[in-house]
Amino acid sequence: MNGQAANCELQTTNYERSSHSDDFIEVKEFDFFYGKKQALFDIDLEIPARQVTAFIGPSGCGKSTLLRNFNRMNELIPNVSHAGDITIHGTSIFDSSVEIIALRRRIGMVFQKSNPFPMSLYENIVYPLRITGQRKRTVLDEAVERCLKAVFLWDEVKDRLHENALGLSGGQMQRLCIARAIASQPEILLMDEPCSALDPIATAKIEELIVELKKDFTIVIVTHSMHQASRVSDLTAFFYLGKLIECGRTSKIFTAPIQKQTEDYITGRFG
Amino acid sequence: MTKHFFHQQEGRTSWIRLVRNQVLTLLCFLLSAVTLIPLFSILFLLLKKGLPLLNLSVLTGLPPAPGLEEGGFGNAILGTAMMVGIALLLSAPLGILGAIFIHEYAPYARFSGLVRFVAKLLTGIPSIICGAFAFAFVVLTTGNFSALAGGVALAVLMLPTILITSEQALMGVSSSYRDASYGLGATAFQTIWRVVFPEALPAIMMGVMLAVARAAGETAPVLFTALFNQNWTHSLMEPIASLSVFIYNFSSLPYPYQVRMAWTASLVLVVMVTGINVMAQMFFRKKHS
Repeated sequence: MNGQAANCELQTTNYERSSHSDDFIEVKEFDFFYGKKQALFDIDLEIPARQVTAFIGPSGCGKSTLLRNFNRMNELIPNVSHAGDITIHGTSIFDSSVEIIALRRRIGMVFQKSNPFPMSLYENIVYPLRITGQRKRTVLDEAVERCLKAVFLWDEVKDRLHENALGLSGGQMQRLCIARAIASQPEILLMDEPCSALDPIATAKIEELIVELKKDFTIVIVTHSMHQASRVSDLTAFFYLGKLIECGRTSKIFTAPIQKQTEDYITGRFG
Repeated sequence: MTKHFFHQQEGRTSWIRLVRNQVLTLLCFLLSAVTLIPLFSILFLLLKKGLPLLNLSVLTGLPPAPGLEEGGFGNAILGTAMMVGIALLLSAPLGILGAIFIHEYAPYARFSGLVRFVAKLLTGIPSIICGAFAFAFVVLTTGNFSALAGGVALAVLMLPTILITSEQALMGVSSSYRDASYGLGATAFQTIWRVVFPEALPAIMMGVMLAVARAAGETAPVLFTALFNQNWTHSLMEPIASLSVFIYNFSSLPYPYQVRMAWTASLVLVVMVTGINVMAQMFFRKKHS
């Protein structure tokens, strides 16, 4: 298995060198443990800026675990530990000078189950600004309009900004969560199966949105849907049992995967 | 057609099964009705014996001297309210903040486990022991029986209940709110005070109100911390009357009028406690579940 991981690293490195110079997130020889149980094995991966990278693989393969390491959300769980490194713009996110709070402000996160706060739409979106002490009404108003427009929700909700966000439909709530995630103007957007609880129409809207958002954000999306990965992503990484099996251009992964396991998974023979 | 469909394979359902089902349903209904008997007989008795004497002067007057047919127990109502108030001021902040610490800040720490364990033990401690504790710590050190000592005794009684119900209230807050808040770069403090605490507040208040209702009816802890007072109390540091001790004292007197007054006081106490419970249910029931 180590041979495979190394192989994958070589392959991405070649790919990155040929087409992109500004690797944004770099994962280096990364291991991750929940207590004594190892969840990620020796992951090497480079995620380029302003592209959509999809993580695919069967449940429990470690794709969400890796995603939640980028903004160090895993550290809310007791007894976790890691080895290796993750860098953003060349700086280690685990460096002692990095403030977790500042890191998370620069990295927006959207969760599987949409989780707006039980407050008004307005207060949901300005939450990331309020916690940094922003009180100016004009700044807050501007952020609400900008973020809601960015997720194509403005026209639908502009007349009820002060109603409780829990009254929105499922798809609207998820778009509200995306708007909230980009309110602090992060550079990276992490999405953990953002459409798995949505109907096909709401899913299509979010997918359009993802394609639109990659102009401004580096997006990493975890998905169980092969179709979604092939529709929205530029790069795809396939994980299995905590190891990165293969990664590369989405078009290539889905048409001519190198590893047999990748081919079996995307053709639905297992997983 | 339908008859044919239902009967072709299994035949009719055995009549024993049907009868057994009916009998057991009836039994469950009867047993649950039986549990209501004590509650309603208490209420009936209290209304029957306590209502005749209930009027404004009883609620505002001072306890009569033995044999006299006048006065009331206004000072006892006020005393109970004051001591419960003191107990609330002492135990609610400690209990709620303690719950926030052990559930939000250090849920897996050994210390939190210890606090949780001790709180559970404390809920089982007889209330008279809480009184003994306050007697030793407050009455003996200050040198007199007082409202403060009674308040401390009730606070000790309320604290574990408030702590445990508050922790359960915090547990009831979906962890997805915490994820969202932390994911946006909030600190633990911001996450707790802006998102988690407001969401848990109704359930926390419900726990606090139930603790208040229970403490208001306790006799043993105030009996030998606050003692009793025939007059209005002017200081927290002197003995004070309470409804429960008033009932205890007057019900054992040989004068029929005093015994009737004890019944009326019982009615007032039950109405107060039930009122607090009902208010808690009305105001703090979870709005969206």
